[in-house]
Amino acid sequence: MKEMPKIDKADEMSETKIAASKVQVYYGTTHAIKDVDINIQPRSVTAFIGPSGCGKSTFLRTINRMNDTIDICRVEGEILIDGEDIYDPKVDPVQLRAKVGMVFQKPNPFPKSIYDNVAYGPRIHGLAKNKSELDEIVASSLQKAGLWEEAKDRLDEPGTGMSGGQQQRLCIARAIAVNPEVILMDEPCSALDPIATAKVEELIDELRENFTIVIVTHSMQQAARVSQRTAFFHLGILVEEGPTQDIFTNPQDKRTQDYITGRFG
Amino acid sequence: MPVVWLILIVLAIAVVGYVLGRGRALAGAASEHVKLHSLPSYYGSNVAMKVAVPAFLIMVVWLLAQPIIVNNSVSGLIPETAIAEGSSRGLVLAEVRRAASGLDNAVAAGIMDEDFARNARADFNDITTRLRDAGQIVTSQITQPILRAAQEYRILNSTGRLLMTIAVLLAALAGAAWGILESKPNFRARNTVEQGVKALLIAAASIAILTTVGIVFSLVFNTIEFFRLYPALDFFFGLTWSPTFSGRGGNSELGIIPLLWGTFYISFVALIVAVPIGLFAAVYLSEYAGPKVRAVAKPLLEILAGIPTIVYGLFALLTVGPLLVSIFGPDGVGIMQAGTAVMTAGLVMGIMLIPFVSSLSDDIINAVPQAMRDGSYGLGATKSETVKQVILPAALPGIVGAILLAASRAIGETMIVVLGAGAAARLSLNPFDAMTTVTAKIVSQLTGDADFSSPVALVAFALGMTLFIVTLGLNVVALYIVRKYREQYD
Repeated sequence: MKEMPKIDKADEMSETKIAASKVQVYYGTTHAIKDVDINIQPRSVTAFIGPSGCGKSTFLRTINRMNDTIDICRVEGEILIDGEDIYDPKVDPVQLRAKVGMVFQKPNPFPKSIYDNVAYGPRIHGLAKNKSELDEIVASSLQKAGLWEEAKDRLDEPGTGMSGGQQQRLCIARAIAVNPEVILMDEPCSALDPIATAKVEELIDELRENFTIVIVTHSMQQAARVSQRTAFFHLGILVEEGPTQDIFTNPQDKRTQDYITGRFG
Repeated sequence: MPVVWLILIVLAIAVVGYVLGRGRALAGAASEHVKLHSLPSYYGSNVAMKVAVPAFLIMVVWLLAQPIIVNNSVSGLIPETAIAEGSSRGLVLAEVRRAASGLDNAVAAGIMDEDFARNARADFNDITTRLRDAGQIVTSQITQPILRAAQEYRILNSTGRLLMTIAVLLAALAGAAWGILESKPNFRARNTVEQGVKALLIAAASIAILTTVGIVFSLVFNTIEFFRLYPALDFFFGLTWSPTFSGRGGNSELGIIPLLWGTFYISFVALIVAVPIGLFAAVYLSEYAGPKVRAVAKPLLEILAGIPTIVYGLFALLTVGPLLVSIFGPDGVGIMQAGTAVMTAGLVMGIMLIPFVSSLSDDIINAVPQAMRDGSYGLGATKSETVKQVILPAALPGIVGAILLAASRAIGETMIVVLGAGAAARLSLNPFDAMTTVTAKIVSQLTGDADFSSPVALVAFALGMTLFIVTLGLNVVALYIVRKYREQYD
């Protein structure tokens, strides 16, 4: 299914989950993101790469309006999810974040039990009518996150007591539990060792079946391993975006080529 | 020589030593063509340190020890017969010191010469008259033994002073010589000064700790004295507090229970007021308020902590008390007799504690990592859901610590109670009754007319000791909780 000719593939692109056009982000007077246009496909992994400070994390955080929590941050332009403008005044950012989940750079389980960590989202959104439904959600989320075998006997223990890799998968389970459509991941493996990283990458690949995933990463190998499409950011500008293989083997822009060959960044 | 002059001289030697030491090190480096191990100022500081520290140490120890030694040896000169009936050796010694300072002043004023003042055969009647004429305070007729003792006291004191001056100056000069001789280019002056700084810091820390120990001891001895005069069981379990100041407090009932009850009741009311308001204020300031509001509101709130408690007491007496009486008094609900009540003091004390709770809680809430908030917002939680379910649970141990610190502050509070709660020691459940606390009673026991050897006055120390132990316990628990909490995120 991936071996379609390029022309046909471009036509397929019309199916988009997230469509951003002319997005500008300002931090106070700093213009952090300039004129970003990008279409993100459903049920695929899109990787954002680029040197530090290029704005890839900032752009990621505009997709679920996490930037709203920063006072001096201002977003302009249009971001559509399923054709709906998420910056429309009618949209409740709290509801939006239930639909667009997020996993952060450093594993950040709440200082609660493993069970309560996963049940947190379903509880505040009223997704379970009773205890057994909640148990069901927790179990299936942990299973999807590949953590069930390790966690099922210690659901009452604090989530902060797990290893770093387990904590990050717990955070992914926590995000899955509210049944989002999109999952944003901000350098999810940068605090993990190689084995834990491999597990999380495997998990990302499995999650692609059900979720639209956008991942920010510093590791080009990781982008190459897990993503179907890659976007390269530089100095707040989206330089180039396309199928991952093309970006890494045949970049169109000189800056992309320099970055992936390690000449800067 | 007055002590001030001695201090100035030692300091002068230190300054000269600094210049000489620095110069010698520089000169040595220049003549031997080597680099100095340390910066030149370190060589100077090393000399100054060696001049000042031993000299001042000797001086302080000497000044503390000399009066004790002189008193002891003079005390031996006073025969038992010179101590009048009903008097004590201590009182006679005080008389001796007064006579001696009278002689000192007379000599200084030029009425007597030094030889006359020291003259062992001097007639005591003559000296008394002369001192009287000179306007010196001499309470009773100076007797022969007292005069002899006073003369001896003066001689011992001035000899001691002279010896001290010599010792201090010798120490300073020896230190200077030692330091200057050391000031060669390869001497590690920097490391020596580092040691000196460390010693200085240790000294400062130990003074703070030793003072606490000293306070405890001053309480302990008087407390033991009290329990010798009054049974401990009656004190700790007595339900009545009625000291009688007449007859050396023989018929007093000194039960601590009513006072502890008042203390805890008022503190409880205060915490009921302070904890929710302080906590909500802290949540608002750290989670909701913008930077501008925060910059204005936080200092304003902390001004409350800077108001003297006597002003809060006035507020209780003049505003809150009458206000409560107008609602709950005889014209209203009818359960409050007068403005002074547990409720009055508790409310005002609660207001006083708000900045305590809010300021500490604010710091603790801010210490909760941003990642926790992001995690919760990222799952679609609102601010208040995040505060309630993530931030407060994460900050809870620290908040409990803050509340316990506020509680120990409430238990130790005095002025608001004196003005707001009345002075009646009473066991009652009605919060609109007047009651009193341990601290307020300590004040009234010690400012009364009772003499210091009666249980009515000494009970103040037992009360103080009890209070000290209670608040110490609370502080230890609070610090333990706060520390345990800190380990979570480090």
